[in-house]
Amino acid sequence: MRSRRDWNRASLGQKLAAAAGLVFLHAPVWVIVLYAFTTEDRTYQFPPPGLTLHWFEVAFARDDIWAAMRLSLVVALAATAVALLLGTLAAFALAKREFRGKESITLLFVLPIALPGIITGLALLAGIRSIGLEPNFWTIVAGHATFCLVIVYNNVIARLRRLPGSWVEASMDLGADGLQTFRYVLLPQIASALLAGGMLAFALSFDEIIVTLFTAGHQQTLPIWFYSELFRPRERPITNVVAVVVILVTLVPILLAYYLTKPDEQGPGS
Amino acid sequence: MLRSLSTFFHGRNAFYIALLLAPPLLWLGTVYLGSLFTLLAQSFYAIDEFTAKVVPELTLKTYRQLFTQPANVDIVVRTVLMAIAVTIASAVIAFPIANYMARYAGPKMKAFFYVGVMLPMWTSYLVKVYAWRLILAKQGIASWAIASLGLERGLDSLLATPVVGGPSLASSYIGMFIVFVYMWLPFMILPLSAALERVPASLLQASADLGARPGQTFRNVVVPLALPGLAAGSIFTFSLTLGDYIIPSVVGAPGYFVGMMVYQQQGTAGNMPLAAAFSVVPIVLIALYLSLAKRLGAFDAL
Repeated sequence: MRSRRDWNRASLGQKLAAAAGLVFLHAPVWVIVLYAFTTEDRTYQFPPPGLTLHWFEVAFARDDIWAAMRLSLVVALAATAVALLLGTLAAFALAKREFRGKESITLLFVLPIALPGIITGLALLAGIRSIGLEPNFWTIVAGHATFCLVIVYNNVIARLRRLPGSWVEASMDLGADGLQTFRYVLLPQIASALLAGGMLAFALSFDEIIVTLFTAGHQQTLPIWFYSELFRPRERPITNVVAVVVILVTLVPILLAYYLTKPDEQGPGS
Repeated sequence: MLRSLSTFFHGRNAFYIALLLAPPLLWLGTVYLGSLFTLLAQSFYAIDEFTAKVVPELTLKTYRQLFTQPANVDIVVRTVLMAIAVTIASAVIAFPIANYMARYAGPKMKAFFYVGVMLPMWTSYLVKVYAWRLILAKQGIASWAIASLGLERGLDSLLATPVVGGPSLASSYIGMFIVFVYMWLPFMILPLSAALERVPASLLQASADLGARPGQTFRNVVVPLALPGLAAGSIFTFSLTLGDYIIPSVVGAPGYFVGMMVYQQQGTAGNMPLAAAFSVVPIVLIALYLSLAKRLGAFDAL
């Protein structure tokens, strides 16, 4: 009798282990949020001796932070735009039809995130230099677009695969032309996947450091600003504030992307 | 015009696919693959010892340097050992969470856990590394928690362990290992819980009915069936650890890792061929690992 109950209900130990895992994953993020309010500016003393909003004021008055933030936002927008276009085209081409060489092409479309970022970064730098360029704004965008398009591709192709092929056939049989079928049948079905892919691509690009350090040259994106602060600890409280801002800026698109692709809202075929 | 064009393309598959594929393929083919081949080519160059300039002639000199200098071999071995340790630890820690998500949690709880795992996974990489630097620092939370639990002695003897120890958690391999496991844990939990969800409950019941104890069922039924998920997750933990250069330089011991070597050689040292040769190491290791994982069915669980 006991064993039957075991299959349906977790033991206390199993529940505790699972809950402990979640706490382990979340606690460090809360630590950062807490430290952004500490009155202590020299050590990492815990618990903080007092709480203040002072550092937000100091950070918001800093021009270098705003400049880095602006650059990161512009890069992320540009990279997301390129990724949306290229990723969607690829997803449409590879979603349903079978053809020779498809497997290696599919592999190529996951390679930029399957290989470690440092390889992508160093390869891009070697490539940029080999054609006589130096890293600039557009090389950052090109690097980000390369791995962001994988994210868009994955999101859109997952949706297209769930879409019954008969819908397109029905639309064409009923006299719609290709453009009408795309506009009235396909687009409404993939719109939320596109949006979700774009959101994730934006968050990924806004936050990227490993590839960016190679492709940015002297440009300072927000993660690069942050990275250099890690080795210059004199402005610790400001770094904490920027960390909180970064968490918020990436959190919103990620949560939106999740709600846009939640399994129970995915319409036909799911 | 556009309208008649798109109608024209429907049903003319090959042409239509080629037209759709051309822009993304051109992009990845030139920007990405082109760069990768440039990198590969660079690894077969070498720098002139006197002028410190890259000599664009094909040679195996750089690879010889990589595989014969003990310091370089040490770096590769150290990185691989860390990647293996991190992979095993992530699998062990991920299992109870993934198992709970897949088997016991109701729909609401499952969604809660899914978001709970996904959010930290997508939270800024740098911010998480920074957070751990704060946590592991000398007066930080880790030592505060250990002190309030009265475990200082235990920590001191752990840090006194040769090789993995160090002056503090923030500057030891133990600290680095904790940070790596934390960073890649979600990448293990998600594919693992997807694989566990596919294990039919009836198999577990059958195993119990046939007299297996829970431990036996776990070893002989659950783990083999979860293997594709474990393999898929381990691709991430292994590959991400192999290539990382920020964690070892922010939290860590003095010993170098492959990623740090790549970054330093192309930057301050100005030895692009050696950096390229070092970056080929993770590519080869990951290719080997992928072919192994493919045999275990990892790609069905991605």
